[in-house]
Amino acid sequence: MKRLLRDRRAAFGIGVLVIVAGAALAGPLVSTGRPTLQRDVVATRFLRPLATDHSGSFHPLGTDRFGRDVWTRLVYGARVSLAVGGLAVLLSVVIGVLVGGAAGFWPGPVRTSLLAVTDFVLALPRVVLLLLLAAMARPSAGLVIVVLGLTGWMSVARLVHGEVRSLAVRPFVEGAVALGLPRGRVLVRHVLPNALTPVIVSAALGLGNAIMLEAGLSFLGLGVQPPTPSWGNMIASGRDTLVNAPWVAAAPGIALVLVVVACTLLGDALQDALNPATRYQTAR
Amino acid sequence: MLAHLGTRTLAGAVVVAGVVSLTFLLMRLAPGDPVARLLGPTATPAQLAIQRRVLGLDRPLAAQYAIWLGRFVRGDWGRSIATGRPVRALLGDAVPATLALVGTSLVLSYLLGLAVGAWQAGAGPRIDTALSITTVTLFALPGYWLGLMLVMAFTYWAHWLPAFGAAGLDADGLTLSSRLADRLRHFALPLATLTLIGVGGAARFVRGAMRDVMSQPFVRTAEAKGLTAFQVTRRHVARNASIPIITLIGLSLPALFSGAVFVEAVFAWPGVGRRLVEAVQARDYPVVMAATAVTAVLVVTGNLLTDLGVAWIDPRVRNGTRES
Repeated sequence: MKRLLRDRRAAFGIGVLVIVAGAALAGPLVSTGRPTLQRDVVATRFLRPLATDHSGSFHPLGTDRFGRDVWTRLVYGARVSLAVGGLAVLLSVVIGVLVGGAAGFWPGPVRTSLLAVTDFVLALPRVVLLLLLAAMARPSAGLVIVVLGLTGWMSVARLVHGEVRSLAVRPFVEGAVALGLPRGRVLVRHVLPNALTPVIVSAALGLGNAIMLEAGLSFLGLGVQPPTPSWGNMIASGRDTLVNAPWVAAAPGIALVLVVVACTLLGDALQDALNPATRYQTAR
Repeated sequence: MLAHLGTRTLAGAVVVAGVVSLTFLLMRLAPGDPVARLLGPTATPAQLAIQRRVLGLDRPLAAQYAIWLGRFVRGDWGRSIATGRPVRALLGDAVPATLALVGTSLVLSYLLGLAVGAWQAGAGPRIDTALSITTVTLFALPGYWLGLMLVMAFTYWAHWLPAFGAAGLDADGLTLSSRLADRLRHFALPLATLTLIGVGGAARFVRGAMRDVMSQPFVRTAEAKGLTAFQVTRRHVARNASIPIITLIGLSLPALFSGAVFVEAVFAWPGVGRRLVEAVQARDYPVVMAATAVTAVLVVTGNLLTDLGVAWIDPRVRNGTRES
């Protein structure tokens, strides 16, 4: 952990995530607290960043075409992005650990079929799958979480499978089996806790990816629906006003890039800290 | 070698079949009635029932699937429910557009990525850090956002390049050479968007792969026997690093097609991705099915080609002594 914090990549990643999560949690304290507030639309729309409107409210990032404060929407969008991304990664980690653990611990047909399913889903273009699933039901944040979770578990499953397989032949596991413990219990109590370290790396990289995809789905209108702000639908609405108010689309995009970079660097640093032998991994 | 290729082809066929079946099932289970959408809110129940029978949607699911599969294999992909156009014509125009975009961007990404990654692997810590920050940032850019920013800069501010489509409205009236120039100008921004992101990913991976090989004992041996740095890099490092890099090209294909979906949507590029997004939004079953199948075939074919590439470069795979 100490080594990790001395790594500048990890320090940057953790710093950005803490600031964004802090701002999201303290939403009402650091912003106007009302992301959908509209007042006199004609007088307050398209205010430039750092402008103050006629009623004296300060808009650090300007306003959009409905006169809504972009900074406030950004803060509340962070809530959506982080919550959706975090829960989606949690779901995919749970599925991945279950599938990978089972595949690693039960050789034979269980392993073969689970690995086949994993490779199959891995070969699918994720966005195509996302579009299909998102089109199945009324778009909502909950659906996006499920969809991202269901399409993001494969790398975790493969990692856990590899770890569990190498752990399964270690003496302490054989000892636990020899004591007569049920295999399921051995897996959960003795093997999985030792197999979870690489999952952390995968989760950090997956978080950035999930946040990016959530924004993508919302951008296409298949994710979080307006007027609830999400970085994706903010970019989509800023697209229409690109000429006279470029900051509406620019701000959420920059926030998105910062968070994704933070997750990637944190994942890289974790990887080096946990296992200096493997220096490269792809995130997508 | 042949057996290896045979297994991979079979696995690819299974993936395509799986994708198609899954798509079929999901689309039929999905809420949202394409017939109601097609006929509009004024349709009577009787009209809906007739239209449903015309489209074969009143049959059992298994029968619909069998009929669809039979026709699909024979090349009859049906008509788009939303537009009435034959699906094959619709996608026939789209596939070359997507292939041009994805293919060119893949080649450019890897050429530039190889250059940047190799430079980084051999460079000092300062240049390495600076380039690492750049490539991580490029890789983190969402395609749809980068696309918008490029449109803002090159279309609205600089007035250099068109913002959307594959050709200008006046394209048919132009001479051959100016039509070509018009095409290229429309191609520039979508290509730049996909390539910038691709370079980030490729360079990161190339750097990692090169560094990994450089730490191997045989590189030290090569240096110890007096080879120049260039010879070591070219004959020993680059050759060995190329194996994981070629594998990565195959693995990055699904991501590239996924990225193309967003970029095509932003630039209204007439490719498979844009057709797919439109069809999903309109619940246009036949188009969604065909577009998904086509994407799966493209991805699987790309993976097979990279397998071949690895076998060509790595004698261990070629002789069947090692799985790729």
